[in-house]
Amino acid sequence: MTTHLHEMLRGGQAWSRRVARHQRLRLRDVEGRACVSALFYNARDPIERYNMPDTLKAQFIAFLTTGRVLFSDMGRVLCSIVADDCGWHDTISGIGGADAAAARFGEGSYQTLRNEFHRNGRDNLLVELGKHGLGKRDVVSNVNFFVRVAVGDDGALAWIPANSRAGASVELRFEMDTLVVLSNTPHPLDPDARYHPPPVELLLGDGPPAPADDRCRLSRPENGRGFALTEAYAVEMGGRL
Amino acid sequence: MSFRMQESALDPRQAAVDVTLPAGQGWTHELAPGDTFRIVDLEGNQAVDTLFFNSRDVDERYSATETIRAQGNIYLSTGTRLMSSEGRSLLTIVADTCGRHDTLGGACSAESNQVRYALEKKYMHNCRDSFLLALARYGHGMGKRDLPNNINFFMNVPVTPAGELTFADGVSGPGRYVEMRADTEVLVLISNCPQLNNPCNAYNPTPVRLLVWPKG
Repeated sequence: MTTHLHEMLRGGQAWSRRVARHQRLRLRDVEGRACVSALFYNARDPIERYNMPDTLKAQFIAFLTTGRVLFSDMGRVLCSIVADDCGWHDTISGIGGADAAAARFGEGSYQTLRNEFHRNGRDNLLVELGKHGLGKRDVVSNVNFFVRVAVGDDGALAWIPANSRAGASVELRFEMDTLVVLSNTPHPLDPDARYHPPPVELLLGDGPPAPADDRCRLSRPENGRGFALTEAYAVEMGGRL
Repeated sequence: MSFRMQESALDPRQAAVDVTLPAGQGWTHELAPGDTFRIVDLEGNQAVDTLFFNSRDVDERYSATETIRAQGNIYLSTGTRLMSSEGRSLLTIVADTCGRHDTLGGACSAESNQVRYALEKKYMHNCRDSFLLALARYGHGMGKRDLPNNINFFMNVPVTPAGELTFADGVSGPGRYVEMRADTEVLVLISNCPQLNNPCNAYNPTPVRLLVWPKG
């Protein structure tokens, strides 16, 4: 696999990049306890974006792991989860903002802390989205890689500690050219009152397209229809997604 | 979960707005702070897909994730503060005779119907089309970017501890209602759901009644 990018996302750092159809992005939780908040957009037409409810409804799930796909609001598959040794990635509990970060971690300004300042998920996403002409209207329900928030029978949310261990990784295969926006910042339900988000390794490379017997394609008939719509869109776009 | 039933003392004869919205139609309305807004499920088990915006700055809008985190629970009922993307309360649910409402299931669209049911279902009417038409008529440049995931009043979407999500039969019934008080200037956007492929409307989409009482 040709490697296009291999970098360490520091604790607190934001990131965005266009990732091409059939490329693979691996995220690795180097030390454990990471939270990488993520949003996904059609790189050519970002009005099409990750849709949490459609992803959950199509697959009858409330979390993400191997064999599952991330749907856009247009019925297409943005990316597939082809490998995951963490086991549970959250997509229902959102990101935190500046007020919540200040309440939890105390004052953490750039003036005082320089580049160790307390960046938060919402502000990080807004900064990266701004680089692509996007903004508040484009912040939708996101994915939180390496995070598990459980839902009880009564609907109550519970933060699950130690969901991710050191070295755990998740690998995404992109089915469309996608703008990926990441924020490596503490999850708002994590009770840890110290600001010390761990580093996350990013590895981007080429890979083969989904074969006919692909696990993500076949895990649900809904996913097969999502791949069919995605492949029809590739034709519509002249093979260039 | 113990359903949080709470009756309202307000009299529909005193309402300033009292409209019936047929299934398959959209609706927008602006509320002033302190106004009370009620949705009545006239015939039972009718999903009412709903979004709220700060009408003075529509970039601030309803956030499902902020709402469920603020109360630590995925189901909406009496006492739930419907939170914005900026972490502020847009409205507060003050009465509820259904007891549980969904905010994870989102809205149906032509494209999601293709994925969920069959590629041939694209022609069927759906909530996103109603949302888009209502926003186009409302104007102010609002469109598809202004459709974050919504509330489904009267809809039952249980999540299990193992992380499964299902569409269950409704917990609503004829005449049940949910009532909320606006905490700021609010734009209401509703699609009265036309979905025929799953039990969210008991396979029979029906009208709802919408009432507004001005701040007393």
